[in-house]
Amino acid sequence: MPEYTLRIRRYDPQSGDAAYWEDHTVDMGPKQSVLDAILKIKDDTDGSIGIRCSCQQAICGSCGVRMNGKPGLACNTHLDEAADRAHGVGWNPEPDADAETDGEADGNVIAVEPMGNIPVIRDLIVDMDAVHWKKIQRVTPWLINKEPVPEREYIVPHENMVDVTQTMACIQCGACVSDCLSMEVDPGFIGPAALAKAYRFVGDPRDAEPEERLKDLAEDEHGIYDCTHCFSCIDACPKGVDPMSQIMRLRRRAGDDYKINDRNNGNRHERSFVTLIEDYGLLHEAELLPRSYGGDSWFGKFHPSAAVELLSSLPSAIPAVIRGKLSLKLAIFGHKIPKRDLKQVQEIYKEVDGREPRVELNLYVTGYEDEEQVPAHAPHDDEPDDHILDKEAQS
Amino acid sequence: MPSHDVLIIGAGLAGQRAALAAAQEGATVAIVSKVHPVRSHSVAAAGGINAALNPEDSWESHAFDTVKGSDYLGDQDAIEIMTREAPNEILWLEHAGVTFHRNETGHLGTRAFGGASQARTYYVADITGHAILHVLYEQLMKHHETIDRFEEWFTTDLLQDEEGRCVGAICRNLRDGQLEIFNAKGTILASGGAGQAYEPTTNGLIVTGDGIAQAYRIGARLQDMEMVQYHPTTLAGNGLLITEGARGEGAWLLNAEGDRFMEKYAPNKLELASRDVVSRAEQTEINEGRGFPDGTVALDVTKVPRRRTLEALREIVNIGRDFAGVDITREPIHIRPGNHYIMGGVKTDIDGQTSVPALYAAGEVACVSVHGGNRLGANSLLDTLIFGRRSGEHAAERGLHMPMPTSPVSRLSKTEQQIDAIMNREAGGPRIGAIKKELGAAMNEYVAVFRDAEGLEKALEIVQRLKEQAAVAAIDDRGTVFNQDVIAAIELGYMLDVAETIVIAAQERKESRGAQFRLDFPERNDEQWLKHIDISANGSELPRVSYSPVTITRWQPEERTY
Repeated sequence: MPEYTLRIRRYDPQSGDAAYWEDHTVDMGPKQSVLDAILKIKDDTDGSIGIRCSCQQAICGSCGVRMNGKPGLACNTHLDEAADRAHGVGWNPEPDADAETDGEADGNVIAVEPMGNIPVIRDLIVDMDAVHWKKIQRVTPWLINKEPVPEREYIVPHENMVDVTQTMACIQCGACVSDCLSMEVDPGFIGPAALAKAYRFVGDPRDAEPEERLKDLAEDEHGIYDCTHCFSCIDACPKGVDPMSQIMRLRRRAGDDYKINDRNNGNRHERSFVTLIEDYGLLHEAELLPRSYGGDSWFGKFHPSAAVELLSSLPSAIPAVIRGKLSLKLAIFGHKIPKRDLKQVQEIYKEVDGREPRVELNLYVTGYEDEEQVPAHAPHDDEPDDHILDKEAQS
Repeated sequence: MPSHDVLIIGAGLAGQRAALAAAQEGATVAIVSKVHPVRSHSVAAAGGINAALNPEDSWESHAFDTVKGSDYLGDQDAIEIMTREAPNEILWLEHAGVTFHRNETGHLGTRAFGGASQARTYYVADITGHAILHVLYEQLMKHHETIDRFEEWFTTDLLQDEEGRCVGAICRNLRDGQLEIFNAKGTILASGGAGQAYEPTTNGLIVTGDGIAQAYRIGARLQDMEMVQYHPTTLAGNGLLITEGARGEGAWLLNAEGDRFMEKYAPNKLELASRDVVSRAEQTEINEGRGFPDGTVALDVTKVPRRRTLEALREIVNIGRDFAGVDITREPIHIRPGNHYIMGGVKTDIDGQTSVPALYAAGEVACVSVHGGNRLGANSLLDTLIFGRRSGEHAAERGLHMPMPTSPVSRLSKTEQQIDAIMNREAGGPRIGAIKKELGAAMNEYVAVFRDAEGLEKALEIVQRLKEQAAVAAIDDRGTVFNQDVIAAIELGYMLDVAETIVIAAQERKESRGAQFRLDFPERNDEQWLKHIDISANGSELPRVSYSPVTITRWQPEERTY
């Protein structure tokens, strides 16, 4: 059996010492989990290593940690998978010099540390209440029943229940929160887990107040428009909840379905991106601000609030001109692409706009691409293992 | 010190349902759990929850299936209550927000399940327990003003007054090691089963029999402890659960020769016979050499349309991929019977009252007994919710008419001393992990699907030897912040107590019924053994055994075939 070095981040608040790394070596099969290894170390040598865990099957959500830089559940991360990450990428400290060469002997190092964005209590145990659960509570995390409550069950389309079941599948492990870049910059950001939870109610036809919820989350400066669309949470999520996709769906519901124009200008800003690319084929940065603030057309720049925004952008615009990143010509005419290409971009818009109704059902419902073609007992094909279920395009 | 009308220990489905019901009745409520509530092992319940909600179904049919499933050891008055109240409980959950599967007309849809004469299992994909648990927690957050939550507090002792009434508990805050007395007019144990006394098991690491042992230690009676369920489909290596929902959706069981062997053992219900029947059939195939070399048979989920599997059995697709390297939509997966559930527990009446005044129990920790010798799939979620609610209501009602008991702070010192003694153990003792492994292996070998006098005797010897070792097991952690080592030492003691009562009860029942199959007494013997075996503590001696009658209302015992 291969030998793995578990490089565990230790911290004992009672010791007065700072956090430090501690190495433990185990002989284990490559398909055993990082949690298996930690539990073996606890059993055999050091019972004082702190880690929350219970089910060992990726459903209780206790064992969220970072392994060689990537957050996830220790219980469903295989040792070989964790060891193959990193060596320079992510957070593996003191990478071995020859690690790049897939060194079997001393290359199998797995750095295990507590999740990010959440204060550490001890070793791998973080203060979920202080961050994660506080944010969950922010989104009124319970169903507000549509009245009258029926005598029997609410009648709800099959697809809608399957749809919200994707966010219901969240196990509240905190992996998405750990690596949320927006939260790193703005700790007040409501964040991926809580916003996914919000979609679970907004998307539930039994909820009485989807509009109020959306308005609340759109108007909050730490709300749905605080997400920078970086995909980290989608990478982090061990359950395919795709928090960012849920945030984008909240935005579409807010902007398209309820026409909520928030005071953060989030909806108008997003609309401007869409129409600019339709108009020019590429993003026309200089037009973006005036359109976001003055109105979503070429005339937006003549609106007073656009002028205010433009003026306030001067401190960043002027250095950009000086350094040659921005030219007057570019500011006025934008990037040019060939007419033929622009036409193709606009064809895509026509195609998407022509769809009725907007497709919003998620991976539980759509896209079983190869159902008929593949005979039972076929050998494994090489589909990427986390895409057994085809995901909805991120529109 | 916190004082409440109702104190609930454990925050899985039974505990959270009890808390909501007690608060609804106007009681002040505290709910204490050694883990955050959504980590409770109810979260792993996959397949669904039974109720005769369809107009063409009836509670009588559900009740009879349950009685038959129990091999006539279930108490029929309790079973009638559970099955009658089931439909309303499903609707309560639906209104609270559980995202139950809908059929094409938008109404609640069902799937088939083992031992049931109708498709009456309501479900959320294969994450039913998870979905219900998280929705109940949503409700706890909503009712935060009336329900005080103590998350990550470990209960060490139940408290009694001079008359023997339970007056609360002592709990340790895991974050700082502080001990606290929780005063309560009524205390509800809802802390789950004891699967970790076995290895492998489908149960999480937290399922260590705490409540059963705590109640037992203060004199509460246990019942049906010999009845330990082996689930027919668990993964070979690690014991992970593959939901019965797979067979409900149409998956087959095949032996190594490719035969659908259930045709032999249960010609009518095939894969959907009761769990004890299917597990015994599998074990027989394996023992007689028709299994695979790894001691398994195969579950063939490819019989289910792939699209349906991906929508309704998504979690086990993931489990197959992550924990066995198998795409279950493309090839059969190797499975075998594995420890899953204990039908026995703290003996209660239909309102959750135990033999200790003011102490209640609900859910897997309890034995009402609605499951008797064998629990039907998708009846355990129902049990937790119905009897959780009834316990909560009863304890609340009772609390409204009595003064608040208090325990002197000096009561803490005994627990403090016990914990100090653990912390100050000398280095070099046996390791907790090793003791636990030996216990688990012994129980899984001798107190499993097939049992006999010789094996049970061996098991008892091992448990008793391990008890001595556990008393001096080594501790590495001397701190107070999240000291999981000390907790593990206490839990080990709980598991050993529970294991001992299981073995004693299994030795006592000299017949085969439900999950108890004695190779030396292979027949059911209603004349002598249609009765519950009760177990109670007896100081440092072996536990005391007594009997209580099975309540029969309308279904007389018959031969049981599927």
